[in-house]
Amino acid sequence: MIYEINNLNFAYSEKNILNDLCFKADEGEIVTILGRNGAGKSTLLNCMLGLLKPRRGTILLAGRDISKMSEREIASIVGYVPQIHIASFGFSVLEFVVMGCASRIGLFSKPGKRERMDAEAALRELGIENLSDKPYTEISGGERQKAVIARAIVSKPRAVLFDEPTAHLDYGSQLLVLRIIKELSGKGYSVVITTHNPDHALLLGGKAALMDDTGTLITGSVEQVVTQENLSRIYKADVRLEYIENVGRMSCVYSNL
Amino acid sequence: MTVNVVLRIRLPRILASVLVGAALSVSGAVYQGVFKNPLVSPDYLGITSGAAVGAATGILLAMGTAFISLFAFAGGIVAMLLAMSLPVLLRNNSNIMLVLSGVIVGAAMSSVLGFIKYLADPESQLASIIYWTMGSFSYVTSKELLIIAPIIILPMICLFCMSWWIDVLSMGESDARTLGAKVTLVRSVALGCATLLTAASVCIAGTIGWIGLIIPHIGRLLVGPSNRKLIPLAALTGGLFMLTVDTFTRTVSVSEMPVSILTGALGVPFYCWLLYKQRKTLL
Repeated sequence: MIYEINNLNFAYSEKNILNDLCFKADEGEIVTILGRNGAGKSTLLNCMLGLLKPRRGTILLAGRDISKMSEREIASIVGYVPQIHIASFGFSVLEFVVMGCASRIGLFSKPGKRERMDAEAALRELGIENLSDKPYTEISGGERQKAVIARAIVSKPRAVLFDEPTAHLDYGSQLLVLRIIKELSGKGYSVVITTHNPDHALLLGGKAALMDDTGTLITGSVEQVVTQENLSRIYKADVRLEYIENVGRMSCVYSNL
Repeated sequence: MTVNVVLRIRLPRILASVLVGAALSVSGAVYQGVFKNPLVSPDYLGITSGAAVGAATGILLAMGTAFISLFAFAGGIVAMLLAMSLPVLLRNNSNIMLVLSGVIVGAAMSSVLGFIKYLADPESQLASIIYWTMGSFSYVTSKELLIIAPIIILPMICLFCMSWWIDVLSMGESDARTLGAKVTLVRSVALGCATLLTAASVCIAGTIGWIGLIIPHIGRLLVGPSNRKLIPLAALTGGLFMLTVDTFTRTVSVSEMPVSILTGALGVPFYCWLLYKQRKTLL
């Protein structure tokens, strides 16, 4: 088991955000977290990265208590793709991806040939080796997201966390990123993503976790959890799940506005 | 006689201007990287004004040049410590908080400087305080240079060795943390070294503006943003630039012109150009 979360509680001063959360993510497994704005999806990811300290409960990462691990140790096991990444300086895509190796570089040291080769391999894996020398600030949103994913996997972590990886992308790029996520799980990474689109959970399959406004989590397989009733309750909207014959899968649609 | 002039007066001065130019440029590059903001310079964190207050205090107390330098140095360090402890007190250790507390400390130091000027004897002390805040290499002695040189060279080597981490830090704090950077440690060491550089420069040459902003930018245009290349290049070009400026101000008129006048005259249009280029990305 890569991630094992037991009775996790988190609160910002008085306000309870996460309430007795439990879930597990194994190798090669995808967990899609759905929930309304402000429900605590990003907070949960930040706890899983060790950036926020939970009030109660434990997070086990590869069998070890995350609260007893340094950020550096966590970074060597978990790759992270943030929601939006704004760079102030125009590093080349290659230089940017090499930074994913930071967890194995000493304070007065710098990345060498090995890191460079790993970064090139990661770029190839995502099919953006042609962007290697381009300034990171001058590529498209979809390309940038691929570069961030390359950076997250360059040091061969065991889990990759995505915070709304499709939020700022056009339709085509969204599908592309989802496909990459699916491929990553196929390669054995444990993948946890947050998203606003229930269809993404249906497309990715695996596990889903629905977070409601009280900060509790309903977890299970996508088929069990992503249901018409649950979605309608969580989003307080008339959400329908329909089987679309022409594409041969369930899809999430609105009946009307 | 000629040999004497060259070795005892000109040589220290040349070395000092090269060192100070390099120090200010490298510290500028580091501040810009750490604060992930290409528009900041060593004048941030109130270090320059803190050092100016220290020097002015020394002048006010009618101390010798050695003590004035020492006071300048202490003033810079105090300002840096104040600016770095404010975010800790307010329990928000973000970059924007650090920049804002630098603004606060800078403002406080300016008002203290104003008070010292008000107390100073207008006949002698006030003039030398003002001249000092405009920057000059004319008082550099080889003895002073020997003390200051290691305080410039050692932090510079340290910064060069950790230059890659400054790249990582420029990705932003939470990003750097998820990559596995020891953000607090890297930031403290980098800012500490950069502050030593700034304070040491102010200590021998007074306050010299703009160079810490201009040179890193020219460097980035030449070799890109990677600090592994930028820091050595900034040291080289900054040193040469300062030497040129000092030589120019020394020879252009009969009485010597303070260097800050020329660096300011070059810096202002440059900053405007920079803002023009970045007008779309600045929020």
